[in-house]
Amino acid sequence: MRLFGKIAVALLVVFSALAPALAADDSLRDIVSGFADARNFSQTEKIVTQLGKTGDPAVVPLLEALGEGDLRVRKEDRAVFIAKGKGTVTLLDPLTREAVGSATERELTKIKVNNSLRRSIRDTVGGLALMAAAPEKRKAAASTLFANPDPAALDAIETAMAAEKDPAVAESMAAARAAAIVYSDRPDIEKSAAIEIIAGIGSRDALALLSSLEARSQGELKEQAAAAIARANRTLAFWEMGQNVWYGISLGSVLLLAAIGLAITFGVMGVINMAHGEMVMIGAYVTFVVQELIRTSAPGLFDWSLAIALPLAFLTAGAAGFAIERGVIRFLYGRPLETLLATWGISLILQQAVRTIFGPTNREVGTPSWMSGAFEIGQITITWNRLSIVIFALAVFFILLWALNRTSFGLQMRAVTQNRRMAASMGIRTPMVDAMTFALGSGIAGIAGVALSQIDNVSPNLGQGYIIDSFMVVVFGGVGNLWGTLVGALTLGIANKFLEPYAGAVLGKILVLVFIILFIQKRPRGLFALKGRAVEA
Amino acid sequence: MAGCIRNLAATVFGAALTASVMAGAARAEETIKVGILHSLSGTMAISETTLKDVMLMLIEEQNKKGGVLGKKLEAVVVDPASDWPLFAEKARELIEKDKVAAVFGCWTSVSRKSVLPVFEELNGLLFYPVQYEGEESQRNVFYTGAAPNQQAIPAVDYLMNDEGVERWVLAGTDYVYPRTTNKILEAYLKSKGVAEEDIMINYTPFGHSDWQTIVADISKFGSAGKKTAVVSTINGDANVPFYKELGNQGIKAEDIPVVAFSVGEEELAGLDTAPLVGHLAAWNYFQSVDTPENEEFIAGWKGFIGDEKRVTNDPMEAHYIGFNMWVKAVEKAGTTDPDAVIDSIVGVSVPNLSGGYSTMMPNHHITKPVLIGEIQEDGQFETVWETPGLVVGDEWSDYLEDSKSLIADWRAPMSCGNFNTATGKCGGKGVN
Repeated sequence: MRLFGKIAVALLVVFSALAPALAADDSLRDIVSGFADARNFSQTEKIVTQLGKTGDPAVVPLLEALGEGDLRVRKEDRAVFIAKGKGTVTLLDPLTREAVGSATERELTKIKVNNSLRRSIRDTVGGLALMAAAPEKRKAAASTLFANPDPAALDAIETAMAAEKDPAVAESMAAARAAAIVYSDRPDIEKSAAIEIIAGIGSRDALALLSSLEARSQGELKEQAAAAIARANRTLAFWEMGQNVWYGISLGSVLLLAAIGLAITFGVMGVINMAHGEMVMIGAYVTFVVQELIRTSAPGLFDWSLAIALPLAFLTAGAAGFAIERGVIRFLYGRPLETLLATWGISLILQQAVRTIFGPTNREVGTPSWMSGAFEIGQITITWNRLSIVIFALAVFFILLWALNRTSFGLQMRAVTQNRRMAASMGIRTPMVDAMTFALGSGIAGIAGVALSQIDNVSPNLGQGYIIDSFMVVVFGGVGNLWGTLVGALTLGIANKFLEPYAGAVLGKILVLVFIILFIQKRPRGLFALKGRAVEA
Repeated sequence: MAGCIRNLAATVFGAALTASVMAGAARAEETIKVGILHSLSGTMAISETTLKDVMLMLIEEQNKKGGVLGKKLEAVVVDPASDWPLFAEKARELIEKDKVAAVFGCWTSVSRKSVLPVFEELNGLLFYPVQYEGEESQRNVFYTGAAPNQQAIPAVDYLMNDEGVERWVLAGTDYVYPRTTNKILEAYLKSKGVAEEDIMINYTPFGHSDWQTIVADISKFGSAGKKTAVVSTINGDANVPFYKELGNQGIKAEDIPVVAFSVGEEELAGLDTAPLVGHLAAWNYFQSVDTPENEEFIAGWKGFIGDEKRVTNDPMEAHYIGFNMWVKAVEKAGTTDPDAVIDSIVGVSVPNLSGGYSTMMPNHHITKPVLIGEIQEDGQFETVWETPGLVVGDEWSDYLEDSKSLIADWRAPMSCGNFNTATGKCGGKGVN
């Protein structure tokens, strides 16, 4: 019986030794199974390098899965699988990616990755993807190699370049080759050519490459690199100017959104409304509630969540505004100090109410896919969410302008604010117009909240951060004038962004505030002052 | 008539008040009161409300075990409303009026500084659970959060040695904790041979929400051909827009990692963390730590709060440690008298949640392990590095010129929070 067992073991050993020869990918499998035994990051990294050296594109999905933390080991037999998700997951074969069973999360251990491992995975995948079939994949691989140059990949890049037919991809590959040459020990003449190619690109990454080359070289090469750096810096300085203007416009649009509702309640009606920020907050929380409902009942609609939240936020915040006007403010017209205190109290009540209902912690508001990420114009990075907010702010502004100047409600509103008694004599129900105007201002603040939920915290404190800025914009722009609010918001935004790189964020803000105080001394009515008898009254 | 009603109301109200005070007095004989001094409204409510809840949970659990010294514990919760002077008033109220045996509270350094004189004058006990800038040791205060050498310095060491970082951005909110921490870090980096031009320091106002320029500056600073990292002491609400901007501008952790000292599981709960995977945080505890104690704590917390989605974080663990230390010290001393507890608590050792023991040191700081974790897609941290043993909290930084010769030891006969080893006298800087 014992002998029998020994024979069985011997046979097993022979078969397992023969097995690798039977299938072509079994040597890969051997390397992959090593992941189960890796004890620390550097051992895992060694396996990644080994896989990269095989040059087999079949390992790319496996490495990508490892980078995303989806490569897991089954505890009972130390087998390696790709498995995504939580709870009970489907196990995929790491090389063929065919489903081979399922397991619960508890039966698997995740292979841990850290930043340096992710970097080496990215570089390895980059090298392997150079020969991929799809041109965009090859281009992406070349760009990765340009940003993370690796002299060891030089041969691979040159082979890929020789086989490349697509001119755009070839250009990226040339750049990647130049970057790799900078870090290699190739002769100076090749490095000199590389400098010219890199200098022609003129991006931040290029500048980084040139600086590092300059630091490591001597003589003519150093001078050439220094000259190229100077050139790159000049073009970058020009782009930086553009970038600052864009950031200014973007900040200005946020200020505009936050202030435009106040331009109605404070600007047109003259109510010092300290609860304005809380209307913004209500809008943001409406967005959160809408997204929660969509997540649980109709996940497919998620990209539309903001569009759905807009009218709801307008109505909710508008209704809150209506209630505040009817319940409190109408008793306090003509008494600015009491209005200030009462609305301040309302703002605290609203904050604490939200804190009680939704809890004091931040709530997560997701970004629809079309608002995530960024694109580049020259050397300027423009993020989609900021661009959307700029467009949205301008749209809200012009719609409001149209509503004030072209609708009969707008006409009544202006009539009531300019001469209440005359308007009343003409048969306008002034108390109702007051309430509706306040509701309109609050509703606009609500839709501002929908937009701001994309860039800021959704927390009970959201509104507080904007109230001072909003008053600043309205007062600076000129009370009672929408155009003033637009120009004021953009001016303050751009001024802030041009000061920030020199003075720092803290001092920059102070300088802007000082500037506004001085400006108000000179022109107490702001940039665009209303003229006429209505003002004097 | 109206006056009559008002009088009646006042009488009823007064009677009710007297009744409640008397009831309180009657109960005080059977219970030991524990004060909880955390903001439940205002800007800091976002972080501090959780700590109030965890204290209530710990007290409830202790009462189930039979309380302390045979008496039940009773929580006295006050709301200082994120208003620093109000912290001092409420602390006075807790000690003088409610006669609490110990107070667990404060978050920001400024709130702690505002209550210090009150605790000294009335001889109360304060357990302070948040990482702070150090440069302080007070007889009546126990610092259960991390000192800079238990958080900031190991994090910088990790980046320098394991990630090969050579250029440093020190970004923080403009107040005392980031300023002091950055001063210590700057001195530390320079002592490690980092050149002046390789350090960029940037401060932003509280609640800063427009990070476009600063994130662009960071990516510009990072393109000088040397590996760059950001050390962030950005506080509270400003973190969400900061991380959103990082994600949007495509700054990945592989290129420029951000290591944060004020971002924990709670802060990440309001964020989509997919673009942030790999950014780091340094703490003494993560919810993901795999120990039986931690599993029990998390289950207890979720059950207490009744929400499966709620997370745990480092200051919660600090309260867990601090509370258990206080209970043990009271049992050791046999009384809740502050002087006896101050004497008995030094050397008290209780289990922490990361599988070891934390000990109260003579300088009123505790020993802790330091963990570095990377943000994961599910909003949790995964530990990628930890100190081999426990680290003792260093109250006076060794890297600052005017504090390197100071030590604190509250045991007799020294009993001093700022003993100058160079002059041999008690009383250096920072006398509170």
